[in-house]
Amino acid sequence: MSLATSAGAGSKPGVFLLRIGRSLKNALTKLSREPVGLFGFIVLSILIVVAIFAPLIAPYSPTTQNLPNALQAPSWEHWAGTDEYGRDILSRLIYGTRITIQTVLAVSLIVGPIGMLVGIVAGFVGGRTDAILMRFTDIVLSFPSLILALSFAAALGAGLETAIIAISLTGWPPIARLARAETLIVRNTDYVAAARLYGASPLRVLFLYIAPMCIPSVVVRLTLNMAGIILTAAALGFLGLGAQPPAPEWGAMISSGRQYMLDNWWVAVMPGIAILLTSLAFNLVGDALRDILDPRHARS
Amino acid sequence: MIEVSNLSVSFGSGEARRQVVQGVSFVVGKGETLGIVGESGCGKSTVLRSLAGLDRHWEGDIRLAGKPVDRERSREQLKLAQMVFQDPYGSIHPRHRIERVLAEPARAMKTGDGWSRVAPSLEQVGLPANFAERFPHELSGGQRQRVAIARALMLEPEILLLDEPTSALDVSVQAEVLNLLSDLREERNLTYVLVSHDLSVIAHMCDRVLVMKDGTFVDELDKGALEKGETHHPYSEQLFEASFL
Amino acid sequence: MPAPETVLSVRDLAVRFGRSGVRAVDGVSFDLGTERLGIVGESGSGKSTLGRAIMRLLPNAAHVEATTLDFDGKPLLTRPEREMRTLRGNRMALIMQDPRYSLNPVLSVGKQVAEAALLHAKIGKKDAYAKAAEMLARVRIADVERVMGLYPHQISGGMGQRVMIAMMLLAKPRLVVADEPTSALDVSVRGDVLNLLDDLVRENNSGLMLISHDIRMVAAFCQRILVMYKGRVVETLTKLDEAQHPYTRGLIASMPDPRNPVRRLQTLDRRAIDAMEART
Repeated sequence: MSLATSAGAGSKPGVFLLRIGRSLKNALTKLSREPVGLFGFIVLSILIVVAIFAPLIAPYSPTTQNLPNALQAPSWEHWAGTDEYGRDILSRLIYGTRITIQTVLAVSLIVGPIGMLVGIVAGFVGGRTDAILMRFTDIVLSFPSLILALSFAAALGAGLETAIIAISLTGWPPIARLARAETLIVRNTDYVAAARLYGASPLRVLFLYIAPMCIPSVVVRLTLNMAGIILTAAALGFLGLGAQPPAPEWGAMISSGRQYMLDNWWVAVMPGIAILLTSLAFNLVGDALRDILDPRHARS
Repeated sequence: MIEVSNLSVSFGSGEARRQVVQGVSFVVGKGETLGIVGESGCGKSTVLRSLAGLDRHWEGDIRLAGKPVDRERSREQLKLAQMVFQDPYGSIHPRHRIERVLAEPARAMKTGDGWSRVAPSLEQVGLPANFAERFPHELSGGQRQRVAIARALMLEPEILLLDEPTSALDVSVQAEVLNLLSDLREERNLTYVLVSHDLSVIAHMCDRVLVMKDGTFVDELDKGALEKGETHHPYSEQLFEASFL
Repeated sequence: MPAPETVLSVRDLAVRFGRSGVRAVDGVSFDLGTERLGIVGESGSGKSTLGRAIMRLLPNAAHVEATTLDFDGKPLLTRPEREMRTLRGNRMALIMQDPRYSLNPVLSVGKQVAEAALLHAKIGKKDAYAKAAEMLARVRIADVERVMGLYPHQISGGMGQRVMIAMMLLAKPRLVVADEPTSALDVSVRGDVLNLLDDLVRENNSGLMLISHDIRMVAAFCQRILVMYKGRVVETLTKLDEAQHPYTRGLIASMPDPRNPVRRLQTLDRRAIDAMEART
């Protein structure tokens, strides 16, 4: 390992950048040895690029109707065909990545920190705090997320934000459990004992010693969860409780394409392929991340 | 330096209550090295962890540097005694660079920034200064144990508690670490309590040895007795024979 | 000491790992008769890899090569994995540092030993249990009835090694590879376990490879010692006093000896050792 042998005499930020560069390079080398994971990463990168530059990439407007052109089969003009209002499906799918990525990111950013906080505190403090927090987690965990989202949407009105909140509400318990399990292991290690001996405060131990050990597995878990988030979001869209028309949400697209499925298969199948590919990519990336970040799962 | 009287430790409660240490008393003078030898489960590590302040189930009286210490140690009391653990792979945070490992004691205690003392402390335990950049997994077992010793000395304690510090190391590396510990003891006039199952390591390092069995001390041997192989109890005789096949 | 009959014959054994081609074991040759052979070295010297290479228990990333690797007069390297598996259960045995990992965690100790009896003695189920109890008594386990009902995680390390040895008394292996069998045990039971191992190999007229870092223990127990350094055998000894190589001498000198107290322990002069190695 040639890491960190050349001690840089540069400034602090310089050293910092150098270190980040080195660990990135390291991660990329490891990734290149996992062809399947690499495929997932490439698919995801394309998705993100597409989401950012959607207006430049999409050949047509996602919402402008063109009724004479309705329900056209895939052709050179419309690669994925057109829907019942004559809108280009490919363009709608391209704009739809924005909604999907938005949902996934928002849910992960809510679920990750909440789950980690609950789990680490429960594991570290232990005793009654642990019991209360974990029973609460169990209760939330036993809620079917789709039903909760349904009631939530009914109460707050359907929309993308409601869908995000509803998915987040039921999404954090698995993360909390994972973080608690990691914390229980780390809490009893000798390095935490040593930290207690040199007077590190509980907060210091929590943030500097325990949290860094939990982050890798939480990140892996979140990535694997993302596939599920996409599916739940699509299901909500399908039920008409997610993003509202005419927003090009993939689940909603399948839902409206359902009526024409027998004669015009592409209206429902194209968004289905998009959902399949994206959730597959997230799963592959999650698996690859686990191999890279977590040495316990490393292949021989 | 260390006065322990009537130290008892028990874990669990009710039916499952087990008394691990049964009212032991001993004194260690300044600059002296006391060894505690015994088999796994005899309570020797528990005695050490109670001295350090890691176990809080003890009863009795512990005085460090003349002052009685509490079960819940204050920062001042923690500074008196630091500990070196058995497993050099588990006693250093795997995601901290060595510089952070060594700076942490001072930073946690809020006695200076700690970073500036990393290089001299590495040098003191015979490691090159550029090791500061490395992660623990880039170091060998012996090098990690040196880092652990350097970390224990960062707060300049007068007492070092050593829990099987070399039993996870190769003999040749063990020799290097034991020599380092001897040198540091001389330079800083440190007081050691060394716990081990290896009588030859104990005999090499210690001025006095307590033989522990089932939570009590059954024998006490001084340097002369160790050299001659004299014992005063059948159990220590048995240990002696088993150690030198 | 020439062995009366050869159990294992090894010539130019080399083990390479992965694409890097680092040789963990490099050109090792020896013969093992019905004797106790010690293999000594530091961690990373290749001693454990050697043991596992002979048992063919290394992962696929390891390339094992040898001009000869004969067990009982027949080559080992060319055998199919299926044949190796039956061989490992019957004719060769491996004793590891922590026996609790080699035992099946969901079967009681008694069941496992009885299973071995069933397999090797070709007797009925009832007799197998009786036989198992007899074997456990032979490895000096007191209170056999109670121990037979325990699960591997409930027994101590010393007890676990005894159970392993009891199972081998039934299988009667021709070759026993013991990899640090005593280093996880308390000093007072080490002697017992070694003596039981000795009984085992004497009774079955088999060969024992004792792999350990503890050169003094090996010297006390084995008839011959191979000293390994960086994958090579640097010296073969019958007594520690004969040691010529600076590595062996360094290893011996670095161990504290209460009967000859020194102020500072000697450490290995690795440069001198490497210079010596470069010459040969």
